[in-house]
Amino acid sequence: MWNLLQIELYKISKRPRTYIAFAAISAIVFIFQFAFKADGESYMNLMMQSVQDSFELNKTKAINGYFMCYIILNTLLVQVPVLVALIAGDAISGEANMGTLRLLITRPVSRTQLLMAKFIASFVFTVVLLLWMALMALVLSMLIFGVDDMLIFRVKGEESQIMQITADDVLWRYTAAFGYAAVALTVIASIALFLSIYAENSIGPIVATVCIVIVCTVISNINVPVIDRNVKPWLFTSYLVGWKGFFYIATNADGEPIKGSLENWPAIRNSLYILFAHIGVLLGLSTYVFNRKDILS
Amino acid sequence: MTPSFKYRKIVSIIVAGAMLLPILLQAQTAEQLIEQARQKLDQVNQYEAKGRMKTNVTFLKVPVATVTIYFSKPNQMRIKSEKGVSFVPKGAVSINLGQVLSAKDFTILDAGDDKVGATPVKVVKLLPNDDNSDLVLSTLYIDPAKSLVLRARTTTRENGTYELDMSYGKYSEYGLPDKIFFSFNTKDYKLPKGVTFDFDDGSTARQPAEKGKPKKGRAEIYISSYKINQPLPPGIFSSTGTR
Repeated sequence: MWNLLQIELYKISKRPRTYIAFAAISAIVFIFQFAFKADGESYMNLMMQSVQDSFELNKTKAINGYFMCYIILNTLLVQVPVLVALIAGDAISGEANMGTLRLLITRPVSRTQLLMAKFIASFVFTVVLLLWMALMALVLSMLIFGVDDMLIFRVKGEESQIMQITADDVLWRYTAAFGYAAVALTVIASIALFLSIYAENSIGPIVATVCIVIVCTVISNINVPVIDRNVKPWLFTSYLVGWKGFFYIATNADGEPIKGSLENWPAIRNSLYILFAHIGVLLGLSTYVFNRKDILS
Repeated sequence: MTPSFKYRKIVSIIVAGAMLLPILLQAQTAEQLIEQARQKLDQVNQYEAKGRMKTNVTFLKVPVATVTIYFSKPNQMRIKSEKGVSFVPKGAVSINLGQVLSAKDFTILDAGDDKVGATPVKVVKLLPNDDNSDLVLSTLYIDPAKSLVLRARTTTRENGTYELDMSYGKYSEYGLPDKIFFSFNTKDYKLPKGVTFDFDDGSTARQPAEKGKPKKGRAEIYISSYKINQPLPPGIFSSTGTR
């Protein structure tokens, strides 16, 4: 199994398209960092527009590395599923396209082992991509903008809120958030891998995965009560932004944030359960279909 | 002029004078109170105060901030957070009472007696003579026994009404408070739609207050020490400094 995984990782590392994802993330992060360095105050003014008359805030201190990373992740984690689909969608269909799949399954490894190796390789790629994102969006932003307390702007129900997390209470939240994002993106990798079994070229599963993500995201954001109750809770896209839950800090009766706390851990935990269930079901289906499939190419 | 008419005129003047005397004396008392409170504050040319500021506004979930307050005569004031990001209510600079008390262009009115907690106080209203002044009305609740302002309610054109409640300790001889409770009006906070992409964790916020109505915010400043009339860090009031 380890040998299989090494081979799969080697194949991923040799494909030029693998590095498109890293280049895209770097480009987006640089653009954000440049824009905020040049005129971050405009963004702060937009977020604070209704209370600027009432409060003074040192915006230079507020636009720090932690805040920047949150803003970048807010944007990037919507697009990263596309980058994950680029690799996972190619896992089986790429082999079929090149005519190497039939040859591959003649080797003395089970189809399940082969599929698991491709799944783990996609997961490793996702984790490496997230580590790269952490390096670029968090570490680099910390170097450029410095470190200070982190502000979170949030809409909760009908109410808008500004939460402040002290600088010494932030890093563990990012570690947890990136861990959560790895699970969420693995769902995307599982979808792409599942679709990849049916196709004989990479474009189909990649485009189909992106379409599924887009459609489900739209449904997740429609505010229709019947959908809210019956559909949204089961859609993986409703939980893609669950990483933010690690930044929703609990407060005491006076509205002061409680260091090291989470406002709603059960909601995050339940989101993780649903995401893991998606991964489990998709992997199970993939294994079932792949084991029964006639490999003709 | 007959002697009886002259006599009646003198009596009328005395009676009118006797009736006006308490009013004149009262007006003088209000001015005296202001003067006495001002004299205490006049001893302070500048100060640096260390303390903690707790902000209590519905939409702000912020920790207690460690702050340093810098003041220099006549009206320079800065509240600087020692560590981290802090939201400083804009009207908090009105805790500079000296500026209000030393202003000449006011009409001082005695508004009677009242109590702040258990302490009997004199209520004095300051009305600006300048029609274009931002300050509309300032009401001071002064402890006549100690010549200390215990409460100040200031209404401005731009930023509504601020209310200060102050209690004094070891710096009372300078008219400087140890605890300041500062109430102010704030608008409803509303984020632009579609900017935040929030995680819907199923929890609901409290019922938002009625739209359009002014909301009350409150800041509590607990001052642990003052350095009075000692040199302040250079450039502390410059706009590029850290608030």
